[in-house]
Amino acid sequence: MAKAGLTLFDKIWNDHVVLEEEGAPPILYIDLHLTHEVTSPQAFQELRDRGLKVWNPKRNQATSDHCNPTRLGPDGTEHGSLIYADAQAKTQLLQQEKNCAEFGIDLYGLDHPARGVIHVFGPDMGLTQPGMTIVCGDSHTATHGAFGAIAFGIGTSEVGHVMATQCLLQRKPQTMRIQYVGTLPPGTDAKDLILYTIAKIGVGGGTGTAIEFSGEAVRKLSMEGRMTLCNMAIEAGARTGMVAPDETTFAYLKGKPFAPRGTAWDEAVAAWSKLKSDPDAVFDREVTIDLSEMGPMATYGTNPAMGIRIGRKIPANAEEAFPGARDDAAFRKALAYMGFRPGTRLGDYPIDQVFIGSCTNGRIEDLKAAAAVLAGRKIAESVRMIVVPGSGAVKRAAEASGLDRVFIEAGAEWREPGCSLCLSMNGDVVESGKLCVSTSNRNFEGRQGPGARTVLTSPATAAASAIRGFVTDPREFSGGAL
Amino acid sequence: MTGFKTLRSSVLFLPFDNIDTDQIIPARFLKTTAKSGFGEKAFHDWRYLPDGSLNPDFAMNREPGKSARILVTGDNFGCGSSREHAPWAIAQAGISVVIARSFADIFRSNSQKNGLLLIALDAEAHSALIKTIEADGSGILTVDLPAQRAEYGGLRLDFSIDAFYKMCLIEGIDDFGYLLKHADAIRAYEEKNGKL
Ligand code: SF4
Repeated sequence: MAKAGLTLFDKIWNDHVVLEEEGAPPILYIDLHLTHEVTSPQAFQELRDRGLKVWNPKRNQATSDHCNPTRLGPDGTEHGSLIYADAQAKTQLLQQEKNCAEFGIDLYGLDHPARGVIHVFGPDMGLTQPGMTIVCGDSHTATHGAFGAIAFGIGTSEVGHVMATQCLLQRKPQTMRIQYVGTLPPGTDAKDLILYTIAKIGVGGGTGTAIEFSGEAVRKLSMEGRMTLCNMAIEAGARTGMVAPDETTFAYLKGKPFAPRGTAWDEAVAAWSKLKSDPDAVFDREVTIDLSEMGPMATYGTNPAMGIRIGRKIPANAEEAFPGARDDAAFRKALAYMGFRPGTRLGDYPIDQVFIGSCTNGRIEDLKAAAAVLAGRKIAESVRMIVVPGSGAVKRAAEASGLDRVFIEAGAEWREPGCSLCLSMNGDVVESGKLCVSTSNRNFEGRQGPGARTVLTSPATAAASAIRGFVTDPREFSGGAL
Repeated sequence: MTGFKTLRSSVLFLPFDNIDTDQIIPARFLKTTAKSGFGEKAFHDWRYLPDGSLNPDFAMNREPGKSARILVTGDNFGCGSSREHAPWAIAQAGISVVIARSFADIFRSNSQKNGLLLIALDAEAHSALIKTIEADGSGILTVDLPAQRAEYGGLRLDFSIDAFYKMCLIEGIDDFGYLLKHADAIRAYEEKNGKL
């Protein structure tokens, strides 16, 4: 029997196995380790305690994103005196500066113009490239899979392992392919696509697998859209998500600071062009999702799978939400936390805040989509809206095309890059009981602050909702021309 | 890490189910950038009275538990948050082996990365051990890792363990040690593949 073809994941994985001993997990070589201030300090300490160096410093790159404030200090800098969220945030940021200096790792830290949310920063800089293995002490590392890379989140011990050896001991996950049939309906984008997908397959639908997203809808997505898609693969329980690289990928990367140049660029593109699953590749699991029924999506519960088309009724019970589901107590608890009644619509509830940003939707295309809805309009009096660019590069690009003015004139606040309201460990917080429409990736209880209630949507939907003061279908403002 | 073959120790006996990571190390102690200093905080809210003095009734504060290097506990030990601080705290408190009915998944994987030997006993063996310690807790427990056997007060208990984890413990290496043992292969891979 002829040997079956290989998946994209298999090809990259096989290329990175340094060795595999009988009975032990393979040693996997890691091309790029990205690190931020929160999950790294103990790993640096471990290296110190063991008298170890960083194995290959240039394959480790650092930025600050989780606990930095998104407002400048009184002296106009991020290092200004009164700006840290608390003493712990300050300690972590300052410790990161010391650690990176001591171990020879480049840090794009506070006040650096390129600083940003780590999963926006890496692609911005051209650090993220097809065919790579990429890790970071952060679960949304899957974002980088959009370039046709194997990218996954790791724990603090593993941060130490990869710094000390540029390798990890890893058991190989299974592979899963999600094939989309059809293209994105009007008024929807990659965020709606992934919310729709997770609502279909569930929060555990991808557990233990690396997902490859494919189909015409994915091919037509920009790199920003592909990153949004892969970013939330882990909200379906997957280890990672990925998209095969193509002309869109190469065009995005060309000229980025760390991208290859000259003949090296041509050679790289030739090699990257081969990175796709063979036609006869066998995946451990295959799922097909038809997009003809999709529309703008929003979540109504406390996990990302609890999503519906805007305008549809909130399900009455777990079985109605996920056929076959039995855990009705958890379903009721989620609705009770959100303060939503079964059978009502999301548009029945006034919202208090809107957050546009995060590694899911803090890129230039996301800001453009929101600004297109907001241009010439005002947000509702009752709504407080903040727009947080994902990185310094995104911020500058937005300002160069006047997007900051659109947001400010509409009544929103325009901030410095950071994770901000995605997880609220930086001074930005949604008050208890308040309802926030957010372009981030997690609507868990308390994620945006104790008692805060989160509705996840696309940037266009978030902007439309800010104008109306209720969760709103963005097509109301654009005639479906998005 | 030093190699682990056998260990003889008195027993710290906490025969409760579902001891979660907040009991092992309360969240308020995680606001630190260090990886040391957690031993003193292990089981903090049981170990210390509200005024900060040692709670004389807690098993860790008196013999045989005080000098024990083996913890015997109930079902689903280490459930709750994924904090790696939990195995750090236990190991830094001088514990090398935890024997339980079962362990929470993430706690298990975090412990494996930190050289802590976790032994999950089947229901029958676990209940026999609990009964024997309840009758007399002053004895010495012996763990023989190569033979995969524990003995206490005439009881002989066989246990199973992941072969790779066992090898790492016996050779005194963790993932760090295992990876560094292959440093030459890693460097050769980098040279061959233009990764330097
Ligand atoms: S934006 Fe949110 S999900 Fe992304 S890295 Fe920051 S905290 Fe994590």
